[in-house]
Amino acid sequence: MAETMLKVEGLKRYFDVSPPWLNRVLDGSGRRVVHAVDGVSFSIERGETFSLVGESGCGKSTVARLVVGLYDPSGGQITFEGADLSGAAARRKHGDKQSRMQMIFQDPYASLNPRWRVGRIIAEPIRFKKLIQGGDKIKARVGELLSLVGLSPADADKFPHEFSGGQRQRISIARALAGQPEFLVCDEPTSALDVSVQAQILNLMAELQAELGLTYLFISHNLAVVHHVSDKVGVMYLGRLVEWAETRTLFGRPLHPYTRMLLDAIPDLDMSGRSRTPVAGEVPSPINPPSGCSFHPRCPLANERCKREVPQSLTVPGGAVACHAVQEGRLPPWHGGTVAAAE
Amino acid sequence: MIARLSDGLRRALDSDIFYSFRNSPLTILSAVVTLIFFIGAFFSPWLAPHNPFDVATLNLMDAFTPPVWLPEGNPIYPIGTDDQGRDLLSAIMYGTRVSLVVGFCSVAFAMVLGVSLGLISGYFGGMVDSVIMRVADVQLTFPAILIALLLDGVVRGLMGTEQHDNLALMVLVFSIGLSYWVQYARTVRGSVLVERNKEYVQAARVIGLPSVLIMIRHVLPNVLGPVLVIATINLALAVITEATLSFLGVGLPPTQPSLGTLIRIGNGFLFSGEWWITVFPGIALAVFVLAVNLLGDWLRDALNPRLR
Repeated sequence: MAETMLKVEGLKRYFDVSPPWLNRVLDGSGRRVVHAVDGVSFSIERGETFSLVGESGCGKSTVARLVVGLYDPSGGQITFEGADLSGAAARRKHGDKQSRMQMIFQDPYASLNPRWRVGRIIAEPIRFKKLIQGGDKIKARVGELLSLVGLSPADADKFPHEFSGGQRQRISIARALAGQPEFLVCDEPTSALDVSVQAQILNLMAELQAELGLTYLFISHNLAVVHHVSDKVGVMYLGRLVEWAETRTLFGRPLHPYTRMLLDAIPDLDMSGRSRTPVAGEVPSPINPPSGCSFHPRCPLANERCKREVPQSLTVPGGAVACHAVQEGRLPPWHGGTVAAAE
Repeated sequence: MIARLSDGLRRALDSDIFYSFRNSPLTILSAVVTLIFFIGAFFSPWLAPHNPFDVATLNLMDAFTPPVWLPEGNPIYPIGTDDQGRDLLSAIMYGTRVSLVVGFCSVAFAMVLGVSLGLISGYFGGMVDSVIMRVADVQLTFPAILIALLLDGVVRGLMGTEQHDNLALMVLVFSIGLSYWVQYARTVRGSVLVERNKEYVQAARVIGLPSVLIMIRHVLPNVLGPVLVIATINLALAVITEATLSFLGVGLPPTQPSLGTLIRIGNGFLFSGEWWITVFPGIALAVFVLAVNLLGDWLRDALNPRLR
């Protein structure tokens, strides 16, 4: 059994979206709280890629931000390399552990300071953590990092706006690597890029993982990308992790009705002409989530119990699933077959 | 280093801003006028034909000399003299210098105060933000001149008129600066609210940079564009406010006359026929303020991507 790098238990994050105090008093309305992440547990082993997928607004990006400490959790535990990192104070105490994590962001046009030269952007973690001393040595290291991500060391003197989206994402990766991380949180790193460029960035990330022994937490809504890069996949719905499993298991034998619905929605050359089940309904508002299993209004298998009771996570071979239908054995067999479609 | 500088210069000459500058004759004219005022004011001890503060050179017999094109004009006083026999042109140059010093210092003071409070307010949010912004809201309900008058009066009451005269310049800078910081704070806060959620700021947080460094290194440079425009327009406003205060007699004393003081002194002689004593400083003030305002307007348009 490989060493566990990151362990997340019962992670919660609520956002207060109430109107200002005066309006609440005048309207007589109460506080309104968004349960962006509501009790998510998973663990990631060293050297593997764990992906979180789900529709927009399901809380996957919030999980990423909680893990790197951009948000403080409202509840639950984050353990990284054995150190408890839940909360700002704990993170300050374990500064060395915290600095082993870096993040790659979604929008390569917003993630680089437009007024800084690329060299300075990449050197910032090196300078701040004093990893290398001396201007010439830092410059050499920046050049090295730029070559590592497939750019030229001479690009260090340019500004971000002189680069394309894919190149900017490479710069973003170089900056993340400059801090000598072991664990990278990638928040939809390819969703703002062209398809051909997406593949280049994904291949670069895979090469870097092999070369530097990195561990990835990969956030995406693109199942094809997730199938390509991950070792394990977690499916999120309305702030909860409804199912996680090893990639092959999840795409081959999905259990949760929501996972099945997502897989059914992938377009497939083999089934062209056949009608396919579209993803039905909208994601309900996380301010007033449905009672019981939050998926029940869209679920073909929902019964009375699903409306009442929140399903607990049930360990199955190679993963876990939170569904009453699975527990009660009412789950119809999976028609199987769309694995190839994902590639 | 030199390569970087020349690179920067080439960039500046290539830029959209310089292009729009070259293509606006009005802007070039106002830039030239502003520059003439700056040079005339800051080099007045060397450029001015007389020293209006050197009592030894003053000749009371020359008092009330009209401009040179009038019958009694004297060519050594091109636009006449005041009641003390001081050369008006020199007095205006020295006075503009005082006005500009007050203007620049109070704009700098207001800018530092407003930008810092705006940054803190926008970046930290919550209670801090509420307190700072409510103070700003309250202050906005009073006209700037009223705040300046009030502060000036308080200081005068505390220190007595004589001491006040020595510190008049500082008091003016303080009270004008304090009445204009709100604009900077609000503008900066607005931009910070946008910038702080951008991913480059979050990236800096993930690296582990403390908030103060993130604000200074990352957020501040990206919110300074609009501040520059406000500062330019506020320079004109500050000069006018200073002139108003001096005209009302609460600004600079006659021993240290600014443009406003000159206009006030001349105002007393307007009806006895010596109009030039008040009209020329007035024209100087109006032209300078107009030129700076036009520059500010151009800067605002040039920096606004939607108007390009």
